[in-house]
Amino acid sequence: MLDIILERFNYIPIIILMMTGLYVIFATGNLVKRLVGLSLFQTSVFLLYITIGKVFGGQPPILESAHHGDEDGGHGAAAGYGSTGYGGADHSDDGHSDSDHGDAGHVEAGHAETSQAGDYTDAAHAAYDSAQHAADPLLYSNPLPHVLILTAIVVGVATLAVGLALVVRIREAYGTIEDDAINAADYSRETGSSE
Amino acid sequence: MDLFANILPDALSHHVPALIVVVPLIASAIAAIMPNGRAGWTVAMVTATIVALFSLVLLGQVLNDGLISYALGGWEPPVGIEYRVDALNAVILALIGLVGFLCVIYALPSVADEIEEGKQALFYAAFLVAFAGLLGVTITGDAFNVFVFLEISSISTYTIIAMGAGKDRRALTAAYNYLVLGTIGATFFVIGVGFLYAETGTLNMADMARILQENGHSRVTEAAFAFIVVGLGLKAAMFPLHVWLPNAYAFAPNFVTAFLASTATKVAFYALIRFLFSVFHPDVPFVEMSFTWVFAVVGVIAMFVASAQAIFQTDARRLLAYSSVAQVGYMMLGLGMGTLLGLQAGILHLINHALMKGALFMALGAFALNFGVREVKDLAGLGRTMPASAAAFTIAGLSLVGVPLTVGFDSKWYLIIAALERDWWWAVAALILSSLMALLYIGRMVMVVWSDPAPAHHGEQVPRRHAPFMVLIPLGVIALSNIYFFFDASALVYLSGAAAQAVMGG
Repeated sequence: MLDIILERFNYIPIIILMMTGLYVIFATGNLVKRLVGLSLFQTSVFLLYITIGKVFGGQPPILESAHHGDEDGGHGAAAGYGSTGYGGADHSDDGHSDSDHGDAGHVEAGHAETSQAGDYTDAAHAAYDSAQHAADPLLYSNPLPHVLILTAIVVGVATLAVGLALVVRIREAYGTIEDDAINAADYSRETGSSE
Repeated sequence: MDLFANILPDALSHHVPALIVVVPLIASAIAAIMPNGRAGWTVAMVTATIVALFSLVLLGQVLNDGLISYALGGWEPPVGIEYRVDALNAVILALIGLVGFLCVIYALPSVADEIEEGKQALFYAAFLVAFAGLLGVTITGDAFNVFVFLEISSISTYTIIAMGAGKDRRALTAAYNYLVLGTIGATFFVIGVGFLYAETGTLNMADMARILQENGHSRVTEAAFAFIVVGLGLKAAMFPLHVWLPNAYAFAPNFVTAFLASTATKVAFYALIRFLFSVFHPDVPFVEMSFTWVFAVVGVIAMFVASAQAIFQTDARRLLAYSSVAQVGYMMLGLGMGTLLGLQAGILHLINHALMKGALFMALGAFALNFGVREVKDLAGLGRTMPASAAAFTIAGLSLVGVPLTVGFDSKWYLIIAALERDWWWAVAALILSSLMALLYIGRMVMVVWSDPAPAHHGEQVPRRHAPFMVLIPLGVIALSNIYFFFDASALVYLSGAAAQAVMGG
């Protein structure tokens, strides 16, 4: 039981953040605080994506073309994706992979064919790897979720900006940013005008 | 349709799937720097014309040659983003394109009346962004791209709804509430997409479907399913998630209401169909169960509860907004049958509902333009003072009820046939009863329009005042299409059948 929780411990702060955000949205009557809750909620999802892409012991996925010279058979070493959580769900970037380098080539991880080959064979990298992957110098974190989240962050910023702009306008029109007071103002005007 | 398939030169027609999104996006930047509202409108009008043409070209190409797959930027799917057009989204694109075109014609007088001159060009810019976003959601074959376009259209929609604040400050709070709920919806959707990505390792929807088919489903995909249904359900105003919609429609500028009512919720509903049928498969046990126990049941509840709420509204546009929620219930029921015929009936109702609600909201906009009508009681006497607009309003209203000689009858007919095919007698009873409720709320408005005397103004009758031609022409076209497509029912039935076939057959 403890193992199951510890294995997935990265999800725990995400769930806490997510629920805090949602709770703030519904619990507060202050329009600005509600936007704070909304941002918190969105940020938890950013974290979710980032942890999906993380591979334990993985390198930053940077192409090092400086070491062209000293590559022989190791050219096609594959990136084996660990068994951690959903880290295996990588979509390999076919853009620069040579899938023909047979023997060293393919490791099936998750459902994705992760044939990440390339000019990454630098023995020095092994030093950075964790013990369990020490034999595999070519372990990369999945970069795609980061890219997706960059887009999502932009979307979040735009939403927040529009939301805050609306709050400014609401304050100009109503003189308050409290939900109750706004509803009371609308209600009294609605009933006032119908009489 | 053959006519449109080959209308463009080859070099252009190959890139239509990308251009249909790119053109309105670029045009929005141009509209933003226009010096006045009329110039901004001209940009929007030209863009809407181009988009309408492109959507017909795509529809023609799909009906002739089948599926179109466009690799954006030359990156082959599933790695690159794919724009994928089959009969279903070609039909939805044509719907958005044509209704958008008609709405933009109508926008010139309506927006000039409701939005201050200095902001009109920016208003059109925001509208074009929303337009591009809706087209993008419909055309893309990439799950994350759906989220991005959904938010592009939603964020600009919040701003154009808030522009109604010139007439009524409640537009601001309506837009704010829509922003909060819409963002929660979008975030739920993106959580679902994240789970699917974690499980399949791809973002391409067709590829996802293939991998899910091969590897089967797990708890993760079930959670993804739930998140996606709730997220898109919020955007589509599916019944318990509809609370943002009535106020947003009631206080937005009239043009925005007419446009959104006939496109925005439809696009979200399309995305839902795409995920339920194309990505998840209707044969998967938990999907099949959700059809019967979530979509059909909630759809029927929506038909009754939202119709009942509509009956008691005093604000004319809020009344129709509640009616929209009820109509989404019909679509959910059709979808929930989980059969080809049911889905076809649902899609047919989606198209027809866009026609009738577009006409109803445009007519209310025409009334508002001439007489500042907002409440149901203000409709009194409009049958005498604005007979043409009142006639269009009546036709679309009867269509909403489902009276024969209008398209509303067609889609209810097909829904009933589909229900009978599954032996769902309760659904047939619900369809008929809720149509009677629609008769109550539409009947009340139509009665006020035609039989109540016009209020005397300084002791004399208000003279007859036609709406401007820019309003009457699109209103007339969309109202008469409600009748035309009853007599030429085969066209829409064929399109909705092809659309249903595209997702169920494959």
